[in-house]
Amino acid sequence: MQAQPNFCSMPGIRVSAISLLLLISSLYTFTTHANSRGEALYNENCSICHGKDGSGGMGIPLSSASFLDAASSHYIKQTIRLGRPGRVMPSFYWMTDTDIAAIIDYMNDWRKTPPRVWSARPIEGDPQIGKQLYQTHCASCHGEDAKGGKGTGVHFSRPTDIPVTATALNNQGFLHSAPDEMLHFIIKYSRQGSIMPAASQLGLSTRQVNDIVSYIRSFQRDDLYKEAAYAEEPPTLMVESPYSFDETLVNIKRAIAGANFIHIRDQPLTEGLEVTMDKDTRQTIVYFCNFNFLYDALKIDPRIGMFLPCRITVTEQAGKVQMMSINPKHLSQLFNNNELDESCDKMYELYLGILEDASL
Amino acid sequence: MITRLYGFLLLMLFSLTSQAVVTGEMIMVRSSDAFPEAMSSLQQAISDNGYSLSRVQRVDVGLTAKGYATDKYRVVFFGKGEQIKQLAADYPQLIPYLPLKIAIYAEGDNTILISANPASFNDMFDIPQLKPMFNQWRKDIIEILNSVQSGN
Repeated sequence: MQAQPNFCSMPGIRVSAISLLLLISSLYTFTTHANSRGEALYNENCSICHGKDGSGGMGIPLSSASFLDAASSHYIKQTIRLGRPGRVMPSFYWMTDTDIAAIIDYMNDWRKTPPRVWSARPIEGDPQIGKQLYQTHCASCHGEDAKGGKGTGVHFSRPTDIPVTATALNNQGFLHSAPDEMLHFIIKYSRQGSIMPAASQLGLSTRQVNDIVSYIRSFQRDDLYKEAAYAEEPPTLMVESPYSFDETLVNIKRAIAGANFIHIRDQPLTEGLEVTMDKDTRQTIVYFCNFNFLYDALKIDPRIGMFLPCRITVTEQAGKVQMMSINPKHLSQLFNNNELDESCDKMYELYLGILEDASL
Repeated sequence: MITRLYGFLLLMLFSLTSQAVVTGEMIMVRSSDAFPEAMSSLQQAISDNGYSLSRVQRVDVGLTAKGYATDKYRVVFFGKGEQIKQLAADYPQLIPYLPLKIAIYAEGDNTILISANPASFNDMFDIPQLKPMFNQWRKDIIEILNSVQSGN
């Protein structure tokens, strides 16, 4: 009977075994460290909107099967890199490839199956036929112009029309992230757990799905980001009042009521703060609100609360009375939310109307 | 062993450096604390950083009173009295942005806190002499939000 070699007793093998153990240990540590780094980066940069466990919030639920099933690592990387211009999600253009890879690794822990890999090969289809099919089957949720659903992701703090906002298919960040094959897959099989029907439920053939894909792809442009619309807008709206300080306050309240807003209260600028004001200086903030408008704005983007409630400040300094407010058009640039731009435009007109009315 | 220790130390470092997200013009954090605890931490952190609380706007109370369903949503105004008085006198265009504020709202069991990034005032107002102050406000707000996030 041949003796079995005792590898551990052989000097060279013993060193190799120790090296192997060290290598495994290092790899284990490296993997754990990479996931920890990914988790830390995710918590730092993503969890604020997508939730700590990826269950969603202002952003979509990233840990849901409906998202992960179709999202390749490349798609997630591109999405982090490019963001969604005009749809809240910022571009993390400054993040290194290594850090993005660590976040993706961390997100992969949520998967039950390995991530899909999509071909970048374009799919041939007829965009004209695709347009008709899109209008019939997709437009009711994704919008006639593919602008997507209203609101921000999943936000259960206040009611939204549907639990997950329909994707803005014309968004350049999305189009530059999602290849045709991925779009085809989603249309063909739907998204798990979503209200979106599969192509078979709609009676669509593979060719018709291709036509829809080619129509969606027709929205893609080379330039991802539109120029800031209100870059020249001043941050503050200021109007001089020809009336006394007290008369101006009365005028503002009248103008507020005329614009269908409710006067909430008046407050000195430095209320609650320990300070002695000069006798010849008066600064009063007039707070007002239209709750319907407020509610709609918060549904579009809960971050808008930073500039709420509505207010106009009246100041008197050296006999000069001025009325001033934020400029909503200027501030709309901060939010990367096209939908909010409309509300900010409306708010700008209302502020300007109240300021002008009060100074007549 | 050394490798594992190194990994552990790195993990600790990342845990300790988890901080407020600054995305351009906004500073945001998600706190694992429920709204009442986060609100309490916020007011304490504001005070700890040398600011006074001006007032708390109860947005959710107003909305609920008008029949709208909403979770907790408040706006906390704070500042330093003399600083604000001086700024209002010298730079009235800043008045609509004073005092400083942080929006705080419940999202399920978590709480979200958001502030405008005062460093963005550098571009908005182009007043070079105020740059150090705007940058200090940014630093302080990050400190305040990180403090709330860590539950201190």
